[in-house]
Amino acid sequence: MLSDQRSDLKGGDVNVTQSAIPSLGQHEVLMEASPYGIEKKKLGMWVFIVSDACTFGAFLFAYGYMRVGNPVWGTPFGVGSVVNGVVMTAVLLSSSFTMLAAVRASQTGAKPSTKKWLGITMLLGTIFAALHLKEWFSLIGEGWRLFYNPTGGAAQFGATFFSVTGLHLTHVVTGVIALAFIARGYNLGRYDESHVETAGLYWHFVDLVWMFVFPLMYLMNAH
Amino acid sequence: MPATSAHAAVHHGPPQGFIRKYVFSVDHKVIGIQYTTLSVVAAFIGMALSWAFRIHLGWPDAHIPLLGMLSKNGAPGGLMTPEYYLSLVTMHGTIMAFFVLTAAPMAGYGNYMLPIQVGAADMAFPRLNMASFWVTFVGFLLACATFFIPDGPPLSGWTAYAPLSAVGEVAGPGQGWGQNLWGLSIAIFCVASLLGALNFIVTTLDLRTKGMTMSRLPISTWAWFINAWVSLLAFAVLLPTCLLLVLDRLGGTSFFIPGGLVINDQMQPHSGGSPLLFQHLFWFFGHPEVYIIILPAFGIVSHIIPTFIRKPLVGGWKVITWAMVAIGTLSFIVWGHHMFVSGMSPYMAMVFSVPTLFITIPSVIATMVWLFSLYRANIRFDTPMLFSLGFISLFITGGIGGFFLAQPSTDSYLHATTFVVGHFHFTMGLSAIFGAFAGFYYWFPKMFGRMMNEKLGKVHFWLSFPLVYCVFMTMHLTGFAGAVRRYSALVDDFMAPLIPTNRFISVAALLLGATQFIFLFNAIWSRFRGPEAPNNPWGGTTLEWDTTSPPPFDNFGGRQITVYHGPMEYDGEASVMQTAPPAAVAGT
Repeated sequence: MLSDQRSDLKGGDVNVTQSAIPSLGQHEVLMEASPYGIEKKKLGMWVFIVSDACTFGAFLFAYGYMRVGNPVWGTPFGVGSVVNGVVMTAVLLSSSFTMLAAVRASQTGAKPSTKKWLGITMLLGTIFAALHLKEWFSLIGEGWRLFYNPTGGAAQFGATFFSVTGLHLTHVVTGVIALAFIARGYNLGRYDESHVETAGLYWHFVDLVWMFVFPLMYLMNAH
Repeated sequence: MPATSAHAAVHHGPPQGFIRKYVFSVDHKVIGIQYTTLSVVAAFIGMALSWAFRIHLGWPDAHIPLLGMLSKNGAPGGLMTPEYYLSLVTMHGTIMAFFVLTAAPMAGYGNYMLPIQVGAADMAFPRLNMASFWVTFVGFLLACATFFIPDGPPLSGWTAYAPLSAVGEVAGPGQGWGQNLWGLSIAIFCVASLLGALNFIVTTLDLRTKGMTMSRLPISTWAWFINAWVSLLAFAVLLPTCLLLVLDRLGGTSFFIPGGLVINDQMQPHSGGSPLLFQHLFWFFGHPEVYIIILPAFGIVSHIIPTFIRKPLVGGWKVITWAMVAIGTLSFIVWGHHMFVSGMSPYMAMVFSVPTLFITIPSVIATMVWLFSLYRANIRFDTPMLFSLGFISLFITGGIGGFFLAQPSTDSYLHATTFVVGHFHFTMGLSAIFGAFAGFYYWFPKMFGRMMNEKLGKVHFWLSFPLVYCVFMTMHLTGFAGAVRRYSALVDDFMAPLIPTNRFISVAALLLGATQFIFLFNAIWSRFRGPEAPNNPWGGTTLEWDTTSPPPFDNFGGRQITVYHGPMEYDGEASVMQTAPPAAVAGT
């Protein structure tokens, strides 16, 4: 039953004309194949990732520019913060593995397992966000602001740290919410494994961005 | 069957009811017309602004009563202040560059034509498409709202150079909430453009009908596709630039504001920022942006010319397409040529000058393709073709001015003069507008099922074309003479002798603007009273000419479209539709 629905889905996906000629049914017959054989949702996500990478790139470029332009730079992170950052990194990296497990499970049609792995991924994302906010609040407690450096160095540390990690945190939180929607729709049979996979692409991208943000924003600002 | 119903929502049937059909429509054709209409409205607003400041430049003491009603502070008694002059120029540039030139040829015609030209029923993501338009509309309303808030519109130019744009209301009228709204409006416009670009790319790659290989795509589709990639990368950088600007303004950060800055005798509470960072980020977007504006015109003109000369373009689809790919790619490494006099290292100026000269190579190749194609051709001079030829002329003229500006040595003198104003109005302004007019006259019968009036179209062209030269070629000359940009009244000793020349420009600009009402009248009149259009009035070969005018909701009325031919198989009066089965061609 489920696989029947999926073939309907792919048929409906392609072209309105196709539903008029259900006997033909297959993608290749009525359409040119996508150059890389990627269906449109997934391709859309890839294109979004390219664009979002440019946005992060611009933020990181601004950070680099500010940092080079201000030789007296605050380095507020001690051992505690670096350890916190390492734990955050480990949590986010693990969540990529659990996301992979969810995609794998959905592709084999194992519904309970898919839901379980999606749940664990969301939990890890939430832990990451919580640890990140803890870091933010301790910095704010020490007097760091978007426009103020309590150690007397360049005010740009706060500006760049809060804006770059804030943008990333927004992506993580959006990802957790998106995964919740996907999990719910998947549970109701409204979404299939392709939706899980597309959400996974986004999740891995957010993870990848952190692999740039962590060394640039944390390790380079440790004293 | 929950799975299929979810997809039925994406692959919609014809909508019922006025709101779903014409307002919040997911039909790419309706959205295309919405974008085009928005652009036409925006263009007339932008033009009215230019009338106001052109009158002021020609007659610095002239009172404009309407302007006095619009802003009591900006134009007391109808005489504009120097600050309000800058506000008008800023909003003219913002509205024209974003909401007209970026919107009409790409989002307007592209939305309408691209899915049809590839043989699809709609865009890949129809709801996202609807969102792009309405987000753009909100951005446009925010931009227009600046005229009606007490602060007035910002005065920092469409480029919003920091620190002027970043420090807040201390910098002058319009620099408070005017500039905030501007930043918000452009950030919103970026989001809409990114969604649109994503949709264009996925539609072109994934929704091509059977036989529509990439090598058989019409050149206009190629142009929109390439342009979508350029937009995708460029607007993704303008978005954070606007966000950082807003942070500087509202969050107290100093990304773009240096230390020790004194404005109106007040020391600004900022340190360590860099105005050059803003220019780098802005122009990393801004230079690709001028190609985002002109590439759709390349596509439209390359699509129209073969139809009216009844033969393929020289070099086939490959040469013109690769030229556009090269332009799109190179456009990302030339941004520094906007910054030769910004205080950037002169070595950097050299680094940016060289690729700027390189980018002329694909531009010249494209131009040569059009010109060589015209050689010995039997040209049909219908209005779309006239505007296409006008486009070529304007683009060449503008491009020649570019050689002077690409060299740091000559640019140092010309940079802040009206030479630059004339140059970019030729290249990205009027060339793109002529491309857009060509497309409008060409596709109007398809979009509305009625023909436009040819005579009025020709009058529109033959009045507009020389007047464009009168306005913008003369600006090159005043620029050589030293007329500085952004000065509201050229009454200094050394510029006073230019006042008669400025009056000449102003008169020509007013006439040029008035001429556009011929177009407006023609469009509105033909929409309701024009003779009914046949399916293929120009003898085109691409898929949009293979369906009714206007096309049915699913574009081809449920027919399966199969493509067998390239887009330019013309041979004199004979031509081959892209869908003609091979046997039928052999028979003729």
